Amino acid sequence: MRMKRVAALAAAATLAFGLTACGGNDEAGEGTGGESKSFPAGSTMERLNKAQAIKIGTKFDQPGFGLKGLSGEPEGFDVEVAKIIAKELGIPEDKIEWVEAPSKVREDVIVNGTVDLVAATYTINDTRKERIAFAGPYYEAGQNIMVKKDDTSITGPDSFKDGTKKVCSVTGSTPAEEIKKYVQDVGSQLVLFDTYDKCRDALNGGQVDAVTTDNVILLGYIANGNDAFKLAGENFTKEPYGLGVKKEDTDFRSFVNDTLEKAYSDGSWKKAWDDTAGKFGAELGDPPAVNRY
Amino acid sequence: MSVLIDKFDVFAGGFWLTLQICLLAAIGALILGAIVAVLRISPVPPLRAVGTAYVNMFRNLPLTVVMFFAAFGLPALGSNADFLRIPGLDAIFSRLGTDLPYFRFALIALVLYTAAFVCEALRSGVNAVPAGQAEAARSLGLTFTQNLRYVVLPQSWKASVVPLGSVIIAMIKNSALVGFFGVVGDLSQSADQLTSAEGHAFVPVAIGISIGYLIMTVPLGALLDRIEKRQAVAR
Repeated sequence: MRMKRVAALAAAATLAFGLTACGGNDEAGEGTGGESKSFPAGSTMERLNKAQAIKIGTKFDQPGFGLKGLSGEPEGFDVEVAKIIAKELGIPEDKIEWVEAPSKVREDVIVNGTVDLVAATYTINDTRKERIAFAGPYYEAGQNIMVKKDDTSITGPDSFKDGTKKVCSVTGSTPAEEIKKYVQDVGSQLVLFDTYDKCRDALNGGQVDAVTTDNVILLGYIANGNDAFKLAGENFTKEPYGLGVKKEDTDFRSFVNDTLEKAYSDGSWKKAWDDTAGKFGAELGDPPAVNRY
Repeated sequence: MSVLIDKFDVFAGGFWLTLQICLLAAIGALILGAIVAVLRISPVPPLRAVGTAYVNMFRNLPLTVVMFFAAFGLPALGSNADFLRIPGLDAIFSRLGTDLPYFRFALIALVLYTAAFVCEALRSGVNAVPAGQAEAARSLGLTFTQNLRYVVLPQSWKASVVPLGSVIIAMIKNSALVGFFGVVGDLSQSADQLTSAEGHAFVPVAIGISIGYLIMTVPLGALLDRIEKRQAVAR
């Protein structure tokens, strides 16, 4: 029975490159690990499966997505999604090596081969696609603005156009670049720190009037903020989070996309969300359609 | 490497802001450092103690910690460093006058920290002046201020200018920290923006900002060498 399935899989793989995930092997890789699966010869999937090890880059400081706490293992939605991919490769959880991938080195670690996959609140955009490739998106966040509870003067990004309101974000992030389109004078209106904690303190202290970044991150602060903050208005961008892989590795990308689609349908994607970032009260919504470009 | 040309405006803007903060911080640190040095060599013991305490405090704390205190401690104390909104000066250095206080906070931290080293550089120069000079001046009836002003400092200046230059060069490099304490658009923070938000490769960007810092530090170093040579001739 088992041999048959593997043989069928191999046949399918030879016929349709990269379709290995369709082989109905839902229960594979459960618990014990060390599952020997069949992947097209020479593919990244085969290499990783044979090695029984994968290196995954994620954030270590992003509540709800990738946060390394006292347990020593990162936890969050990105981490869970990456585990789903690893499981599909037949690699048990304890064989995953987590590598910290802060925003500024995410492309570099992929290009240099330091990691096999990056799941790190990684917004898909065209500049990044020049150096790496994205599977997914597996989640669509959106940029929003957090203000003090009693503040009614800021209603959306347009509130920064008159040049008086000050806003904080994190250095080198996409939201920071986005908000620059709305502020009149960067020098007098925009503050950038290395972490959102400092932005929150600046908002508390009144040095800035607002903090802007992806809604899910802000919701984390609102949830932990003793009812001191709120969101001002609706999301004003779409930030599709993707999984970064090597640019030329189309087979691996297809495999990751297939795995994501499977995770959408079998509920593991939703469970991953509910266990992690979902606790902050953000809406998960429908699964975003993966983009096979 | 095309990022160096494509994003030249970002590098140039970052260079300009770093130059501004370095100029202001250098001026501030030289003034404050001179004051502290005078305290440390003054004949009044309590003043000496104040000077020594200052140097021990700021020379022995990491700059990052000083920056933290300035950027997050001052606001907690209710200060936005508004005293630095100096009329006239804020017309040239526009960041001094903005509602956002972080440029001023960073400046304060850089000045406080560097002043401790400036003080020690000046004092080493003073110590290099033979004690007989000050004694002779005192025996002529010069006051402490006159003694410093006309006898000791003119001679100590020669011995301290090179270490002072090193202190300022170190300060220029230390200014790379300000981008991580809320100052937007200096050289190092621009690099951060280019690499992580816009996805440029790290190494070319790092080369770009290195060139920016070298443009500031190498000429300063060369100037110091020149001064040192001229001073040697003068002796």
